[in-house]
Amino acid sequence: MTAPLPFASEAGSLPPVFARWFAARGWRPRAHQLALVELGGAGKSALLIAPTGAGKTLAGFLPSLVDLADREAARKRGLHTLYISPLKALAVDVKRNLETPVAEMGLAISIETRTGDTPQNRRQRQRREPPDILMTTPEQLALLLSYPDAREFFSALSCVVLDELHALANSKRGDLLALGLARLAKLAPALRRTGLSATVAEPDALRRYLMPQPETGETLSEIVVAPPGAVPEISVLTPADEGSEEVRIPWSGHSARHALPAVYEAIRANKTVLVFVNTRSQAEFVFQELWRLNEDALPIALHHGSLSAEARRKVEAAMAAGTLRAVVCTSTLDLGIDWGEVDLVVNMGAPKGASRLLQRIGRANHRLDEPSRAMLVPANRFEVLECEAARAAALEGAQDGMVSRQGALDVLAQHVLGCACAEPFDPDALYGEVRSAAPYRALTRDDFGKVVDFVSIGGYALKTYDRFARLRPNAKAEGDMRLRAASPAVVQQYRMNVGTIVEAPMLKVRMVRRGGRRPLGGMGGRYLGEIEEYFIDQLAPGDTFLFAGHVLRFEGLSETDAIVTQSSSAEPKIPSYYGGKFPLSTYLAARVRRMFAHREQWTALPAPVREWLEIQAWRSVLPGEKDLLVECFPRGDRFFLVCYPFEGRLAHQTLGMLLTRRLDRAGARPMGFIASEYALAIWCLRDPGLMHERHELPLGELFAEDMLGDDLDAWLAESSLLKRTFRDCAIISGLIERRFPGQEKTGRQVTFSSDLIYNVLREHEPDHILLRATYNDAATGLLDVARVAEMLKRIRGHIRLKRLDRVSPLAVPVLLDIGKVSVGGEADEALLSEAADDLIAEATRLV
Amino acid sequence: MQRAIDGGIVRPVAHPSLAVCGVAFDLLPEGAAWLAEERLLVVADLHFEKGSAFAARGVALPPYDTRTTIARLEALVARLKPQTLVALGDSFHDGEAEARMDAEDAARIARLSRALDWVWIAGNHDPEPPQGFGGVVMAELRLGPLIFRHEPRSAPATGEISGHLHPCAAVRVRGRRLRRRCFASDGTRMIMPAFGAYAGGLNVLDAAYDPLLPGLGFHAWMMGARTVVPVAAHRLEGD
Repeated sequence: MTAPLPFASEAGSLPPVFARWFAARGWRPRAHQLALVELGGAGKSALLIAPTGAGKTLAGFLPSLVDLADREAARKRGLHTLYISPLKALAVDVKRNLETPVAEMGLAISIETRTGDTPQNRRQRQRREPPDILMTTPEQLALLLSYPDAREFFSALSCVVLDELHALANSKRGDLLALGLARLAKLAPALRRTGLSATVAEPDALRRYLMPQPETGETLSEIVVAPPGAVPEISVLTPADEGSEEVRIPWSGHSARHALPAVYEAIRANKTVLVFVNTRSQAEFVFQELWRLNEDALPIALHHGSLSAEARRKVEAAMAAGTLRAVVCTSTLDLGIDWGEVDLVVNMGAPKGASRLLQRIGRANHRLDEPSRAMLVPANRFEVLECEAARAAALEGAQDGMVSRQGALDVLAQHVLGCACAEPFDPDALYGEVRSAAPYRALTRDDFGKVVDFVSIGGYALKTYDRFARLRPNAKAEGDMRLRAASPAVVQQYRMNVGTIVEAPMLKVRMVRRGGRRPLGGMGGRYLGEIEEYFIDQLAPGDTFLFAGHVLRFEGLSETDAIVTQSSSAEPKIPSYYGGKFPLSTYLAARVRRMFAHREQWTALPAPVREWLEIQAWRSVLPGEKDLLVECFPRGDRFFLVCYPFEGRLAHQTLGMLLTRRLDRAGARPMGFIASEYALAIWCLRDPGLMHERHELPLGELFAEDMLGDDLDAWLAESSLLKRTFRDCAIISGLIERRFPGQEKTGRQVTFSSDLIYNVLREHEPDHILLRATYNDAATGLLDVARVAEMLKRIRGHIRLKRLDRVSPLAVPVLLDIGKVSVGGEADEALLSEAADDLIAEATRLV
Repeated sequence: MQRAIDGGIVRPVAHPSLAVCGVAFDLLPEGAAWLAEERLLVVADLHFEKGSAFAARGVALPPYDTRTTIARLEALVARLKPQTLVALGDSFHDGEAEARMDAEDAARIARLSRALDWVWIAGNHDPEPPQGFGGVVMAELRLGPLIFRHEPRSAPATGEISGHLHPCAAVRVRGRRLRRRCFASDGTRMIMPAFGAYAGGLNVLDAAYDPLLPGLGFHAWMMGARTVVPVAAHRLEGD
């Protein structure tokens, strides 16, 4: 956990038993560990920023251990320290790591974990007889706060330790946790908070998050910054073709298949390698391909969120035991447990963000004084630029900026119901408490009132549900304005639905034997894991796809199981979508744009990429640092408009939807569009470039910011993206339950979906609080409207049109993607009539 | 006449016609069937007050399903001016629906039902539809070769027009899966889609349809935004 370091100061401020323990291990406490003990002793909250391997967790607990050791003689019962981590595996692991020093120092301190896996009887016992230190998750904290005895349970609480705070704070889970902290501050006013975080661009946001905020102004926690670890070694892999000197880099695609032999060589040359990918399907693909190359039968494993818990645990155990040479994994292993012996981290594709890259690099070599080693594997030419930009950022230790978020209203609704479950609450008092949580500082009393009304009876203008209200006036005395949960059923409902993580509807994948008649409807089959329902929806029986490291043949559905057999074919028929799950960060995008503009930075690039840029400069122009390059050229029977905003696929998709509407209105007859991480291509029957020159459609107007007004509204009305977001908000806010009809597909049950609810609500009450929550989510998430807005502002007056006689080198990658991505909406209508066209003769014969 | 914009050209939409026992219905994209000669409009499974039924169980769905359904009916009635409207049962989600209904919504239904000959067919959700809305209640309605009832009977049920099952269908076109409410018919009978705003759907390939439409000799007339599209059963996908 700790190693001797020259910068450690004297252990003078530690009690003798601690000083002796450090000495016995041959360690000296580090400066930041002592700083935290000092701040803790003074009852002060602090944010600790430290790299991996700096003894961060021990630092977080030291003040509590010192305090508990001190109090041991005359000790009062009650929970002393609460530790909250984003992962339950981490809670379990940290407990194990903390038990060692506690045992070695002979301290009588009880440490327990409480997660979704903790058996019911132990949970009940924990509430009666709490341990000194409890390790848990944000969801469990919310649950604990919802019990009527919460006030008693937390009354002696002296400290909360928040681990991996950078990963938690800026999310809906972070909102839920912030509200829980505000509650804790009321129940235990002397409470001290310790945040543990990796390096972040704006530590003040986290310092603010830790502290109850005053009415006006702001309060920041103390901050302790540990010295950074060694500068990492990062390479960008651009391998030559087999038997040739020539470096080959694909124009498009996301699989990086060309580089896998070189990745395999890297696995052979190292002890243990973590191979990070961005999506589950990419993990499957890479795993499959590596095994195809695996002539040495090296133990290479697969780890992602859709595999069964048992399969994942097996991999984790093997990893901990040091028996694996490589694990192909998704962001499920971004955080968490120390693996110890990882000596190389490989990132397939571009890392998408400077901070994510640093986090992943930190997974290799948890020793501070030795550099971590990482290898980036770009899958295409644009990704080479992105990887170089990310490498430069990581070497500087530069981080992505955090988008400051407003606390989500659906999460607030859940919290309000939780408060009512614990005890009657006074709305005015609760409003004050909620606003002390940093994400909810800007919440208005009016909106808070709407949320309470929503929790109670749905918050509709039409008041027909009064007698079904979930909150009732307490009215125990004159002037008692408090509200309470209306019935035990309401409390039960809250407990079943707590949390902010909404999984996409999943189906269990079961493998049955091929040819064994009646695989469907029959029981059993080997359970391989879970897969998104929308993916299975796209399959027809007989289609083959990759999952859990096998090429599987889809046989059909049986209730909530997807029945599959082992396929004999080596190539899956349904290519999975390899596009990134995370959008390119704003910070990294700016760095990539800068690379285009500064030729002197091209020396680091491999020859094919350099040549590609040179030809682009000759045939067209290069996108500048500040301006937006728009190219127009004919191809086939169409005219293409390609622009290069570098704002990520989500923002480009939104921009594409809006631009096509405008082009349509202007008479350019747009036929379709495609968005990549870097570019957007739209094809039309008329030439937008010519229309610009004839002043029929000035590009400045086409890209004007007012597209985010009416055009956005009109599009949203039809967008299926918003419906998906609505479903999540409806579940988190408690409007619909997690196991709502609509997910169940069994038997004769007539089901209906949240889409129907969305349609009705949008028609009758477009300003409803839940639709606002949905819109806010979509604006920052799936639609990335905020980023489109920023971009439109940035390029105002800086649009550079280049009319060409044919496709430019820079446009090739995005054009190669055409046909691989589908667009919904109006296109669905056209497809539906197509389903009829070839059948119309048959259909009319019926009549 | 409805018009649709298709490739910039505005053109009239012809609603497809489906004959059951030789009687030709126009199938409307709203999910209703229209017998022009008789000026008779048929809708199924309105499920008024399904939202408030959930609210009573602690799930406060938006209380606007009833008025959404009414507004769609009003629009159809205004456009087609039917003489008779047949609601094929399960018009009310449960026995308490009338009591829970907003007064204004109730008044709109009453106004609508008094403006024409309204037939409430009894359904399993509403074996005794409330009396307060006008119209007549019937278990079945016979009209020439046709018989209108709520719950479809095992084949052969020649001339039967029914609801109850909320049929929907899924088809894959160029790799994309489309799932819509639908009319299901083999030419001898027709099962109508649910009309209610909160009514879900049961795939026509579900076993529940086996005794009603045996084999794959039927079509699903899938509801598009502007027209209804017939798709042969062998082209369809299950859920």
